[in-house]
Amino acid sequence: MSDGEALVLRDVRRTFGRTVALDGASCAVRRGTIHALLGENGAGKTTLMRIAFGLLAPEAGELRVQGAPVTLRSSRDGIALGLGMVHQHFMLVPAMTVAENVALGGSGRFDPKATAARITAIGRESGLVIDPTARVADISVGAQQRLEIVKALAHDARILILDEPTAVLSPAEAGELLQWLRRFADGGGTVVLITHKLRDALEYADDLTVLRLGRTVLAGARAGISEPRVVAALVGDAAAPAATRTGQQRGTPRAALRLTDFVPDPQDAPVLRLENVTYVDTRGVTHLRDVSLEVRAGEVLGVIGVEGAGQHELLRILAGRLEPTLGRAIRPPRVGFIPEDRLHDALIPELTLTENLALADSGQARGRLRWDALREATVSILREFDVRADGTEAPARALSGGNQQKFVVGRERRVASAALVAENPTRGLDFRASSRVLDEIANAAGTPAPAIVMHSSDLDEVLSVATRVVACFNGEVHEVARPADPTDRTPYARALLGVR
Amino acid sequence: MDALLALWDGAFGSPFAFWSATLVRATPLLLVGLAVALAFRSGVLNIGAEGQLIAGAIAATAFAHWLKAMPGIVTVPAMALSGMCAGAAWAGIAAWLRRRFGVLEVISTIMLNFIALALLSWVVRGPLQEPTGIYPQSRTIAAAAQWPFLLEGQRLHLGFALGLALAAGSWYWLTRTAGGFRVRVVGAGARAAASAGGVDVARTTFGVFLVSGACAGLAGASEVGGVTWALYEGISPGYGYTAIAVALLARLDPRWVVLSAVFFGALEAGAAAMQRDAGVPAVIVQVFVALVILGVLAGRQLTEHLRMQRSAARPEAA
Repeated sequence: MSDGEALVLRDVRRTFGRTVALDGASCAVRRGTIHALLGENGAGKTTLMRIAFGLLAPEAGELRVQGAPVTLRSSRDGIALGLGMVHQHFMLVPAMTVAENVALGGSGRFDPKATAARITAIGRESGLVIDPTARVADISVGAQQRLEIVKALAHDARILILDEPTAVLSPAEAGELLQWLRRFADGGGTVVLITHKLRDALEYADDLTVLRLGRTVLAGARAGISEPRVVAALVGDAAAPAATRTGQQRGTPRAALRLTDFVPDPQDAPVLRLENVTYVDTRGVTHLRDVSLEVRAGEVLGVIGVEGAGQHELLRILAGRLEPTLGRAIRPPRVGFIPEDRLHDALIPELTLTENLALADSGQARGRLRWDALREATVSILREFDVRADGTEAPARALSGGNQQKFVVGRERRVASAALVAENPTRGLDFRASSRVLDEIANAAGTPAPAIVMHSSDLDEVLSVATRVVACFNGEVHEVARPADPTDRTPYARALLGVR
Repeated sequence: MDALLALWDGAFGSPFAFWSATLVRATPLLLVGLAVALAFRSGVLNIGAEGQLIAGAIAATAFAHWLKAMPGIVTVPAMALSGMCAGAAWAGIAAWLRRRFGVLEVISTIMLNFIALALLSWVVRGPLQEPTGIYPQSRTIAAAAQWPFLLEGQRLHLGFALGLALAAGSWYWLTRTAGGFRVRVVGAGARAAASAGGVDVARTTFGVFLVSGACAGLAGASEVGGVTWALYEGISPGYGYTAIAVALLARLDPRWVVLSAVFFGALEAGAAAMQRDAGVPAVIVQVFVALVILGVLAGRQLTEHLRMQRSAARPEAA
């Protein structure tokens, strides 16, 4: 191991509109090491590495690669300097072969034989064996991950940046990958590992950098940093609410950053109930393992989890949009669902509001549609949920994001009174609209009160509406015990990171 | 100028031109235009209406000959029904390929068009050939099987009335019923239809595909029963393709498909007259058609653009 600096970022600043993504972010990566980049959701890990790779331009700060100051105009420049990035969402063309995917982005003539030979050679040298003639759609997720790395190696990458590489892998595959990265670093390569998983970082990294709200708050050699120190850096001042970054764009709108007290009547039958639910998708990836939980009327179950931890599938099973592979899901015939991608999954932007209300029943409706009644119902949703719209016949796309979301909340509450599942309901909304939507969810009334499940990638948001919290990690779901001090965020942050 | 006059005269110049040329030509375009419009509304790009029309024509001819001793009250509905079933079955092949294997219907329906053409040229030389075996066409169907005319002395036939009824029916179905609404939401946003509405998207598109094929098949039956009275290779001069233009010009709205079909029917009738009377090749009309479609599309883009600008200029409330 040499101590030369492979990649250095110093005091980087970057904004998106009025949101400050990075300000005072620094990271120094030594050659021949695995460097873990840690941080909560939205801390700026990926943004920082996209800057290092040339995908984004910094507004201020310094970037040095192999000791020389550089300005990258595109990822092409980054690749030319020996950088390779493996994105969290693979950048592969499923219909093409492994060899074609490796050749993509190259120039000149595509020679399948030469490319295949190169892939075989890389496989021999590195141990990342992969069939060059296989179609990407037919190979496993683990093999696709290997292919992404082979792609980078084929461009002679000496510094590999991996964004949450183990999120989609089984534990065995993840272990293999991390061991491979260890060997790659021992052989003189350099690895930056963006990860949510504290365990992986502590076990495999040589150095750590912790980002919090766009700023580097802890950096140094793994050996000199204890686990509690890392957790404290990740979570920040546990007692204080998350600092607002721009005053109004970020931060949690509702004041109380603590669980609401609510004790359901134990006599009540649960509204939503999962019994030993396992979910495996069509590609064979296991997203949920043996999950059991119950939600009673009046409860707001907060679900926390980093991306890919299983909450996406958990919410859809609770909402009746997915069926478990194993186990039982007991739910009312109809569960309201507020998906995070409202413009694709909840609304049809070209249709009118009345039609978007009718959409909710379109799967079950028979015979004639009663447009008069639907129009009246739309009027009452617009009034009750304070949706600002140009009448019921305005197309959904003419509404602002906040009004669209209020309409979706109103519609789902109307069609399903017993249970409501919400996924990142404030995504893309400004401060005021966010608080309105969270209020609607937290104060959902009815007789009996509905059972509510709510997930947000913002922990504070979950804490501000939930009556109890479960955490997803690697497809397992565990209840997070209420801390003695109700304002203590540490147990939740630890659960997110998989620290028990 | 002479050419334009001849075009106008050929399409609208006399009662005969209108009722017997324009509307007769508009009839298959109307039926197939509805087939295309319904499919496109649900996001199914059925460009195989030509093949479905041919399948319908073959089936209707076969039934007309098989039931030749029967009265018209039996034969005519039997022809219409068999044409619809054959069209639906032909479309059903592509629908099944899409549902089972994810084959793009754009490709499969075009391929099925060629197969239908080959099938047609085989049946008019084989099983359905006229008894002398000289000409590649079927025997003329029995008088009872010929579809009734709608007006004394004019060639306008039952098929046009069916087309109008079907247009009204499709419009009602799409705008007033749950089934039609499902078709629209699947076409406008399949993900939201499945996620927010619990619509079985695959099943809906499969159903629409069959309905679309049935409409096109009915057009084939109506051509054999109402116009040609026999089956031969040139039974459709590309109605299935022209109908795509008909449906797009009508913005996939069944009400407008009626007008659009009459417009295209008039152009075709007029083009024939123009070639005859003014010596201008009929192909010129296709240039004209292309200009009209481009003009309509450009106009639509422009209005859309202006509306976006206007709504962008208006400040939005949060």
